[in-house]
Amino acid sequence: MLASEVPQEGNATLGGHRKALYARGADGRLQIVQSAGWEVEEIVTRQAVDDLNRLAEDARQRVSAGLTSALEYHMHKARMDVPLLAQTTGLWQWRIRRHFRPAVFAALSTALRRRYAEAMGLTVDQLNKAE
Amino acid sequence: MMAFQHSHASHCESGVMSAILRHHGLPISEPMAFGLSSAMSFAYIPIVKINGLPLVAYRMPPKAIIKGLQKPLGLKMRFETFRNPAAGTRRLDELLAAGEVVGMQTSVFWLPYMPADLRFHFNAHNVLAFGRDTASGDYQLSDPVFETPVSCAADALQKARFAKGVLAPKGLLYYATGKPSTPDWAAVIPKALKKTTRIMLEAPLPIIGVRGIRRLANAVEGLAEKKDPAQAKMFIGQVVRMQEEIGTGGGGFRFIYASFLQEAAELLARPSLNELAETLVDIGDEWREFALSAARMIRDREALATPKLADKLRLIADREQAFFRDLRRAA
Repeated sequence: MLASEVPQEGNATLGGHRKALYARGADGRLQIVQSAGWEVEEIVTRQAVDDLNRLAEDARQRVSAGLTSALEYHMHKARMDVPLLAQTTGLWQWRIRRHFRPAVFAALSTALRRRYAEAMGLTVDQLNKAE
Repeated sequence: MMAFQHSHASHCESGVMSAILRHHGLPISEPMAFGLSSAMSFAYIPIVKINGLPLVAYRMPPKAIIKGLQKPLGLKMRFETFRNPAAGTRRLDELLAAGEVVGMQTSVFWLPYMPADLRFHFNAHNVLAFGRDTASGDYQLSDPVFETPVSCAADALQKARFAKGVLAPKGLLYYATGKPSTPDWAAVIPKALKKTTRIMLEAPLPIIGVRGIRRLANAVEGLAEKKDPAQAKMFIGQVVRMQEEIGTGGGGFRFIYASFLQEAAELLARPSLNELAETLVDIGDEWREFALSAARMIRDREALATPKLADKLRLIADREQAFFRDLRRAA
């Protein structure tokens, strides 16, 4: 890749940052060239983010339909899955899945709610609602 | 101790090590840190899943660069992990107060200065701490993949250092205890080159090195039959992310390694390494073409044709095989 070929088309997922790539300058030596972004990277990053958002949105709809608890929505929103949430909270995976049942979640103690909220960087109030 | 100088790098671990070494009086470029620790590689590990997708890596596992530089540079790195997060933060403060620059392993997800779209649960991101603002209590960090130093609130940094999951950092801190010295280039560079060729050509597992690329090609080829199109696209998207998004300097670290070869050619006065660097830049460009066609297929600008991507990977595997054989002869 020549320094003049380093993509500068912008990449929204970089949030305005530029990244360092190595490219060939006029003298043939490789050097760092700042890139404002490549569309290819934007496509694959968006693909991953959209997939995570889809899981969260799907969970949100199931919360409204009374099929799951706000916990599952927040787990996806925090880009986690059950094994990671289990490791972060120190709870068994089956216990977390059980807390996806709306009735069980509604009866959860404040201590457990705080543990979940802490693990996902939320307040207890935020955890209780799927929004 | 002199004031800390931040510099922009393409990869976190080689960037952090280049900055630590420079701070300790040994100016070593990022490509030199990367090449000297034999960090370039390829691995396709289907049994390790990240969000349900197989692990694809274009480099050696995390910490390989930090550890790999110790021997050639006569450097001594000290590693500390902590069971208790508060103790980990206290220790960081002690080291900073003593004027140390401290490397840390963190989770990208919890670093507030990261763009939201890049905040995945990836636990092996390296950053340097070089000070703490007394008024706000925020840490001054040098994140090599950012253009300028950043600041980070204390509680966020503690969360990032003590994230759980795959490759959990456990608060890892590392810093240099011995002074690094300019090595005997004629001894250390050929050794590092040979190690890389060994990994790429002769790894005992068929999922590492050139054979790993071929194995990935076979997996990509079979995607169309085994999985629905959306899943197939997630798979190839993951490969491209590991190659470009995560800070590889482009072309899955092939360009940064080529830059190392150019430096080596100069230090050893061996022009043949310059020619090899040219070849590797071409191979890096092939990887970029692979990424481009994968992205076009993901966006349906081109029909999803996994055999076409597989053929490209096989072509790259053949070229890399020839390249690493030549490199071994040159070393």
